[in-house]
Amino acid sequence: MIKKIVLLAAALTAGLGLIGCSHQSQQKASPGGKVLKIGFLYVGPKDDFGYNQSHAEGAAEIAQLPNVKIVEQENVPETVDVEKAMEGMIVQDGVSVIFATSFGYWDHVLKVALKYPNVKFFHCGGLYQADKDPPNVYSYFGYIEEGQYLNGIAAGYASKTGKLGFIAAKPIPQVLENINAFTLGARSVNPKATTTVVFTGGWSMPTQEANAANSLIDKGIDVITMHVDSPKVIVQTCEQRGVFVAGYHADQSSLAPKEYLTGAIWNWGAVYKTIVADIQAGKDPSHFIRGGMKDGFVKMAPFGPGVSATAKTKIESVLGKMMKGEFVIFKGPLKDNTGKVVIPAGTSEVQTDPVLEKMNYLVQGVIGSTGM
Amino acid sequence: MVTAAALLKRNVSKTGIGAQLGAILAAVVLFAVFLVLQGKSPWGVLADMGIGAFGSSFAWQNTLVRAAPLLLTALCTLIPAQLGLVIIGNEGAWLLGGLATSVLGASLPPSWGIGGLLLSLAAAAVAGGFWIGLAGAGRQWRGVDPTISSLLLYYVAWGVFLFLVEGPLRDPQSLNEPSTFPLPKEFLMSSLPGTSVHAGLLVGIAACLLAWFVFFRTRLGFDARIVGENERLGATLGLRRSLLVVGACAVGGACAGLAGGIQIAAINHASNASLNAGVGFSGILVAFLARQRPLAVLLVALLVGGLQASGGFVQRDHNLPDATISVFQGLLFLSVLWAEAFRRDPSGGNK
Amino acid sequence: MNLSTSNSAVGAIFIALLGGAIKTSTPYLFVSLGETLTEKAGRVNLGLEGTLMMGAVTGFGASLFSGNPFVGVLAAGGAGLLMGALHAWLCSFRRVSSIAVGIALMIFGTGLAFYLGKPLIQPQAPHLPAIDLGFWTTNPALKEALQINVLFIAGVVLAPLLAWFLASTRWGLILRLCGENVEAARAKGIQPERVRLLATAAGGFLAGIGGSFLSLYYPGTWTEGLSTGQGLLAVALVIFSRWNPLLCLVTSLLFGALGSLGAALQAAGLSQGFYLFGTVPALMALGLMILTSGKKRGVSGRPAELSVHT
Repeated sequence: MIKKIVLLAAALTAGLGLIGCSHQSQQKASPGGKVLKIGFLYVGPKDDFGYNQSHAEGAAEIAQLPNVKIVEQENVPETVDVEKAMEGMIVQDGVSVIFATSFGYWDHVLKVALKYPNVKFFHCGGLYQADKDPPNVYSYFGYIEEGQYLNGIAAGYASKTGKLGFIAAKPIPQVLENINAFTLGARSVNPKATTTVVFTGGWSMPTQEANAANSLIDKGIDVITMHVDSPKVIVQTCEQRGVFVAGYHADQSSLAPKEYLTGAIWNWGAVYKTIVADIQAGKDPSHFIRGGMKDGFVKMAPFGPGVSATAKTKIESVLGKMMKGEFVIFKGPLKDNTGKVVIPAGTSEVQTDPVLEKMNYLVQGVIGSTGM
Repeated sequence: MVTAAALLKRNVSKTGIGAQLGAILAAVVLFAVFLVLQGKSPWGVLADMGIGAFGSSFAWQNTLVRAAPLLLTALCTLIPAQLGLVIIGNEGAWLLGGLATSVLGASLPPSWGIGGLLLSLAAAAVAGGFWIGLAGAGRQWRGVDPTISSLLLYYVAWGVFLFLVEGPLRDPQSLNEPSTFPLPKEFLMSSLPGTSVHAGLLVGIAACLLAWFVFFRTRLGFDARIVGENERLGATLGLRRSLLVVGACAVGGACAGLAGGIQIAAINHASNASLNAGVGFSGILVAFLARQRPLAVLLVALLVGGLQASGGFVQRDHNLPDATISVFQGLLFLSVLWAEAFRRDPSGGNK
Repeated sequence: MNLSTSNSAVGAIFIALLGGAIKTSTPYLFVSLGETLTEKAGRVNLGLEGTLMMGAVTGFGASLFSGNPFVGVLAAGGAGLLMGALHAWLCSFRRVSSIAVGIALMIFGTGLAFYLGKPLIQPQAPHLPAIDLGFWTTNPALKEALQINVLFIAGVVLAPLLAWFLASTRWGLILRLCGENVEAARAKGIQPERVRLLATAAGGFLAGIGGSFLSLYYPGTWTEGLSTGQGLLAVALVIFSRWNPLLCLVTSLLFGALGSLGAALQAAGLSQGFYLFGTVPALMALGLMILTSGKKRGVSGRPAELSVHT
């Protein structure tokens, strides 16, 4: 009994091992060289109509550049697996630059970066601290809350009930910033607007997202936006139930021709191009790469039929200010939804202020709580 | 090692081997056909699986790091299986074990050094043992099917884990990936010298050898296996039988829990959602592929670890979806089961 | 309670639960009805989670390419039938454990579904239609809750039909005999393996259809997070529905309602502890199993030939 299993497993292992060892010599990493080999890691599928797709589209843009070759791996979970994946790309594929596009990769990036000081690691969304983190790690992100603010304006005008909805994965700072920006944008045109938040507990949970959308709509909410990895289900549900929706991550207007208002979209291609150009020119990129509308990191989707002329004018005017770097979303006096003052009067937290990346409150007008 | 080799020599049966190797070959051939239908080179993919698993020192370490926890999580299915139960809730025990280590480890004074580490790991074993023990108790005293209940317990464990980790037990510093407080460095498990593989590998090997010894060389194990192979004869053992069943579940759960704790102490250092990586579920696969035999687990864990390690490499090299490896694992599992039909010797086997 | 004008939170939650029950119970219903058939014939198929996913991906793909969602449903059933037949074929060999085969098919089916589904994540396939049974109310929530999908109706009709089939027809009797006493069946000239093959294939067919509901109606998309363990929970459902198709209907509705409890409560403003809401279906399943199992090992109604130890 035992022997059969043992021998069977041994045979297979040996078989694979023989093949493996005999091919060993072909897999040495090539150091330096003219071609820049870049690795991309995605937490989900590349064509999810959302977060991962936005990165993959950016990757595809730089793959076109001369002397650049990319290697991609998708569905890499935010566990130790990603460390092995990154190491695999370095050791087996010879990459010298890695883009770890998902949030949850941060701790793993820090660990692997210590082992490979000659490889540059770019992490999307991490909070790089110069005194603590390795010098070959860089974090990049976009101020997409500017887009959510504009979504909020569109929602504020489009909503008849003044009740808005936000479907989010988990109450982490970047998500809270989006919820707050959306609400502030809506209340800038309708001071009585409210945003009801539903947390699904995970970044990609289609049934819960559909349930959340339906529950919100059942309560009279007539505009919904979201912060989940793939907004597809929510956008489709809204279209089907005749409720407005503002998109996120990528352009979902083709899924909801009637109800799609506009959307906050990433423009990673621009970001990646700049980074690659820096590296190829021998420059050390910034460790804390951030940008908003002004820098072309994020943009808005084209307007749908539900956006009135008044709304368009207002959005374009605020967008204009953002483009000049003159618009501050988070400024005092600002209270959270328990009544506590979170930004005192006279204080402005500009987009680049790192304190925003530690946000832990929901502003007045948001129905829901961050705690569990 | 000597005993194992002697055992091997004593029990060779040609027809059985032939069928098993044939099954492996069949799985490989089916997989190759599958790949050809997708327009991919089967030879290239299989070669990459070999390279990715065993083709370099990096690959080997990758494989061993993955195999180490599988040795323990497989026991969570294997040990109760000796008594005739099918437990598939390993992942739940793993999660709660990891959580227990995180919580205790972060609360004890770092000066306790290795004692703190051992206590934290013990807590992991207790948590996992309790959880699966519940499934065993449910079966013995309420007639609740332990296969289903152990799986349902996984769903409950996951929900509770997330609730605690992202709520009351959350480290306020862990903003973007809500986690528990990290273990102090005095409690961390180090790697085996010269490698990136941690000492958990040795724990796993020891556990498998111990399991073999207990079940095949002691009276207790003999009694336990009686309960598994013959219900009526087992019934004559009375209360002892219930204790054996619950005990086996608890020990199996303790193994999976311990594996989770080791993962925290050696690799993750704190508990968060990323702990749910399917290692518990892979343990089920290893146990079944090894036909519930502890010594076979040693090699099968290596094989499955290698398969999983090669996944990323295969994906990148051939532009294949990561699900490719699951398909192969499934085919392998199915083939091995099918080969069971050709076994000649009369020992056990359920219908 | 005048639902169209009342604003009571309780009323809103009730409607949400009703809607959830109708919307999300269908996969549970089809899988549990299919598994009831299989288990009544004396075999356990744990691989239905894999079958569910294969049904979902096949249904979505077939609907996309043919433009007709019903073609998708049929194709999904077909895929499920093949998976069921595979299970039965493997289990027909004497020393093969049906539990192990089930787990293997769970892994294989899910992996294959994810693999085949890669090109299907982006596109939109034609959805199954719904019948508006809420035409009489102006309350939008109630109206939405009463949007009944054709598959749900099919399932509701199927449950009593299956109960009648098992209790009163000759074929049903043969099937049950194979599940209760294999030797007696053989003595009557029945081939139990043939019967179990048909029963498992039929069970797979139904489970596949259940999967098509997920991808062609609610949530109506193909993605890898589509199933939240419904295939496995449905097997548990069969147990505490005492292998009774009518009870399967009731418990499926219950589980559908429970699944949407979390979202409904959050929409009503109760955000605390939302992870714990997710455990409610599993806890309820456990609770029900404990309550309905006797101290004497065994559950009344369990087919005697089932090899899952209890």
